Order: sequence, then structure tokens, then C-alpha cells
Amino acid sequence: MESLEQIKAQIEAAVPGARIDLVPNGSPSQQQSLQINNEHAREIATFLRDDPALRLDFCSNVTGVDWLDRVVKKTEKVKKVVDGEQKEVTETTEEKIPGYLEAVYHLYSMAHKQGPIIIRMRTADRAENACLPSLTPVWRSAEFQEREIFDLYGVQFEGHPDLRRILMWDEFEDHPMRKDYREPDDYEYEPTPHDDVLEKAKRHYASRPRSDGAEGITSQQ
Amino acid sequence: MPRGHDRMERRASRPSNESSIKARPCNHLPVADSDVAQRRGYNKRMTTAIETVEAMERPPVSMGSRLEGELLEVSMGPQHPSTHGVFRMNVALEGEIVRKLKPVFGYLHRNHEKIGENASYLASMPYTDRLDYFCSMTNNWAYALSVEKLAGIEVPERAEYLRVILAELTRLQNHASLLGFLLNDMGAWGTPLMYAFREREKILDLFESLSGSRMMCDYMRFGGCRVDTSPEWLARAKKIVDVFPRFVEELGQLIVGNEVVIARTQGVGKVSSGLAVSAGITGPMLRACGVNYDLRKVDGYGFYPRFKFRIPLGEHGDTYDRLMMRVLEMRESVEILKQAFDQIPAGPIVNPKVRIRAFRPPVGEAYGRIEAPKGELGFYLISDGGTNPYRYRVRPPSFINLTILEDMCLGHTVADVMVILGSIDIVMGEVDR
Repeated sequence: MESLEQIKAQIEAAVPGARIDLVPNGSPSQQQSLQINNEHAREIATFLRDDPALRLDFCSNVTGVDWLDRVVKKTEKVKKVVDGEQKEVTETTEEKIPGYLEAVYHLYSMAHKQGPIIIRMRTADRAENACLPSLTPVWRSAEFQEREIFDLYGVQFEGHPDLRRILMWDEFEDHPMRKDYREPDDYEYEPTPHDDVLEKAKRHYASRPRSDGAEGITSQQ
Repeated sequence: MPRGHDRMERRASRPSNESSIKARPCNHLPVADSDVAQRRGYNKRMTTAIETVEAMERPPVSMGSRLEGELLEVSMGPQHPSTHGVFRMNVALEGEIVRKLKPVFGYLHRNHEKIGENASYLASMPYTDRLDYFCSMTNNWAYALSVEKLAGIEVPERAEYLRVILAELTRLQNHASLLGFLLNDMGAWGTPLMYAFREREKILDLFESLSGSRMMCDYMRFGGCRVDTSPEWLARAKKIVDVFPRFVEELGQLIVGNEVVIARTQGVGKVSSGLAVSAGITGPMLRACGVNYDLRKVDGYGFYPRFKFRIPLGEHGDTYDRLMMRVLEMRESVEILKQAFDQIPAGPIVNPKVRIRAFRPPVGEAYGRIEAPKGELGFYLISDGGTNPYRYRVRPPSFINLTILEDMCLGHTVADVMVILGSIDIVMGEVDR
């Protein structure tokens, strides 16, 4: 099997306008991946599936990853002129990397029995309507797995035939696999709440007065 | 005309049941290892153009409360004896024929992956038992394998042999009980299932005496196994495996020429190999379509390349072939076990270099997969250098095998849906996670 650099060159030759970045992987697993641009994602995927040398006909695993905003600090030694003489000063620069959501596809070839080739797509931001192109028309196995990413991460897949929540119920509003997801302060009614449960229950029920006007939670006196 | 006869005749005249009803002896099903398969041309189908499955071509399905035309909407499950757990299907019926089918998931969802991200690497190991609670040993192995890939850990020889032995014992008991459940679904109430459970019981007793638990074994560790076996345990296991083929033949005889089984399974729920590959179907269900893809051969993880065994392949991709795959795979598992018992060396069972406390794999990611009894079980892990995984993903085989449930059931009767679902072999602990 060709190296990822060769595959990258092949894709760029076959799909005009495709932008591909090699994503390094520091782990001993040596599984590096290709980040493909969203505009040409479906053409690239079709090429990977149909190219006679690659024939990545089996899309094994599709999953999402949530990357929060992060700040990367870099310390550099810079020569500077301070008070008329040259000195080495360490300077710290901070680079802010905005967060994004990612969809990762693990591709194998059943025809040639080789793999994996990992491709990933990134959304522009972590907003509610973050969007990626769906690869379900290329590999049917992505159908349920992309629905799962939509459900748990909130990525809208354009071109998915049946994009609905799959594991959470339809009325659920948040996306529980996001890193900044907060569990709702809602739990079963306890007949005799005490200690911190009482404190939490008071906070919770204060905002929701009962319809009959009765006091919902009372402390034990 | 007696009722039973009428029913048989109606089944025989269904358009989907093209092949005439006769027993296909399971000995004659093609069994191929890699080079024999090439010679016989089993891979031919793979090299022809894969059928592009345009999922968009299917008509949009609305499963609201209104009736559409003459269709009757039925919600099968989640409380249904044949759905193997809390699985629900919204089915639109025309008479007795299924016209639409939408699976509904999530009744057992506890966000296993989020729990995995909030726990340390080792703390997730007992939780993997709860995924596919029939096969906790293979779940453990898949997770351990992924972490070993992520951190670059070597496994001692004896531990690899123990893993193979336990995984194959798991495969035996999983396939045996699946056949029992499937016959149960077809109306053979109780007896075949109890036959299967009698054998499963023996293997669970082995697991219990080794790991302390029958189903929630929590046996594997990163870089090895938790406890060593005694020579007595190995002798006992060998004895159980030696008499196991008797049970396989007995159960095989119940199925192979059985008129009712043949009438209900042959030609039911056919899958083409192109659709199966595109939809990511794995395990016995894929091989029943004639695709020669078994991770034990392809990836050669563990010590599987050291064993001589064959990969059974089906021809028709129907429910009958999926049943037969299980029978034939049990035979091959017995062969692997016999070789493993002969070859297992003495030595350490765990890599002493692996840190148990403050286990921190280097920054990076890894995807590891094994051939679990139900298909390809994979774990995808991202490490940020901390004690907890940044991302912990399970690739559940039975969830992804359900992708084409609707395609398999359309045009069949409601009673066939239960047989088709049973032959996929799902466990809700894994489907919903």
C-alpha cells in the first residue's frame, strides 16, 4: 500500500481543487490521517472508494470528536536590545486556536485487504448549526453513525437521507458528547430531600412553581 | 386442506423464495481459506463493481401517526419477546407484508462513551463487559488491544494464547446460544435453547473459575491478563472442548434438514455482497454473503496466524446461510482451541513494564479492532497525555449490522422480521451503549 503522501498526491491529481493536510499522530500506533476540505469531500471519498489501487470499499468506523478553544503557549528566546546592550530574552507568545468539531472516518479495503486510511473533516466552529457534508451516499455504513454524531455532537450532515436523533429522544435539546455539556439539574423527586440534595432541589424547583400553588419541597423541621 | 400445508404452499410460492425448498447439507457449503478461496473465485464478486447504494433513492419515510393509504402502522417492541432486549421497530404493514421499517434505538442508552472519557483507562475495562454482555472476554480484548496500540505495549506469549482460548470459548457459547434463541423465535419453544444453554453453562463455569464471574469477566489487562490459569483449569477446558463437537453435530442435525427451518429461512432476508460491503456489515453476516473477510486472517492480531483454521463462506446471503455460518464457525473454533491447548507455553501472563497507577499513554490516537463473535468490534481512542482518554469510541458490530435491517425485511411478512432480526445477532447493551 502506498504511503499517505502518495495517496495525498493521487487525490490532488484526481480531484481538482482538493486541499489535503497530513495530520500527524505521535502515538506508537502510527495511524496518521488525512484532513480533507469539506467542499470536495464527497468527490474525494468517491475517488478513494473507486480507485482500483485503493478500493477503500469498507468504511468501518465513523465518529465525532469535540475540540474546545485552546491556547497554545510558545516560549522563544529572542535577542533584543535592552538599555543599549544586546540580551537574550525569553518571550511567551500565546496563540488562540478556536474550537471545532471533527468527523473521523476509518476506511479499509475488503477487496485488497488493507487499511486503515483515516480521513477527517472539520467544521468551521462549534456553533449549533455546524455543518459537514454527509458521506452516506458513498458508504452506506455511515448512515447510522452520522446520525449518532448529529445526535451526540450536533453536527449537521448535508445530504444525509434521514438525519434524526438516534440514541437520545427526539425532544432532547443538547448534545451530550460535547465537552462543555452540562448535565441538567433535573432528577427524580425525593420525598424527604436533605443536605445538598435539598439545596439543589430548592434551586431547581424555585424556577418552576407548581400549578396548584402548593410548596413543592419543604425541609424537614 | 390442513392449515399447515396451506402455509407451506404459500411460502413456497412467494416471489422472494426463488430456490426450491430442499436441504442444503452444511458440509457442502463452501469453506475457504485464503488461497483456496482465490482459486475457486470467491473473491470474484469483490472485484466486480460494488453496487453503489444511493441511500437517497429510497422514498422519504414519515412515520407519524397518520395512516398512509392502506398501510397499518405497528410499533414492534420495545417490550417484545423476540426483539432480544428493548429494541423497537416502527413497521408499516400492508396486510401481513412489511412495506416500511424504521428501527428505534436508545432505550438502553447510558452514554458509555462519555463515561469512558470521565474514567481512567483501566476503569473502563470492567465497563466494556456491559457492552455485549454475552461476550465480555472479546470486549475486554478489543479494548486492551486498542490501548496497547495507543501506548505501544507488548503482550507476553502465554497471555496471547490465553486470550485466543478465551475468545474462542466466547465464540462457541455466543454462537450456540444464538442458534438456540433463533429456533426459539421460530417457535421451537424452549428445547433447543436449553440444549444450547447446557453447553453455554459449561463454558460459563470455566469463566467463573478463572475470573470469578460468569458474564462480567473483566479479565484482560493492558499488556496481558489478570490471573493465570492452573493446569487443572486447562485440563477441564480441554475436556469440555473435546466433547463440544458432539453438541455441534446434534444441533446441526436439528437445523440442517429441518423442514420448518428451511421453509422459514431459505430465501428470507437476502443480502447481496455489494450491499453488505457498502453498509459495513461484518462478522458471520458478511461471510454468509460470500465475502471472505475475517479479521483473524486479515489483521492477524493476537497469535491467530499460528493456528490452522478455515473461514466458512455462504453463497446466498439469506437467513439459512447466516445460521449455517454459526454452525461451521463453531467447528473451526473447536479446531483453534485444540491447537491452542497443545501449544500454550509457560511464562509470565502480564507485561511487567506497564504502569498500573498513573497510566498515561503518549499523545496521539489509535484504532484497534478484533473479530468479535458478532462482527468487527473496534475501539477508537485519543490520548491527550492525561490519565483519561480524551475520546473513547466503541464501534459496535451489532449496531452497524442493523443498518440494512429495513432492506432485508421489505416484502417479507411480520413473522419473518423476527427471524431476520434474530439472525443478525444483536445485543442491546452494545447497540445502545
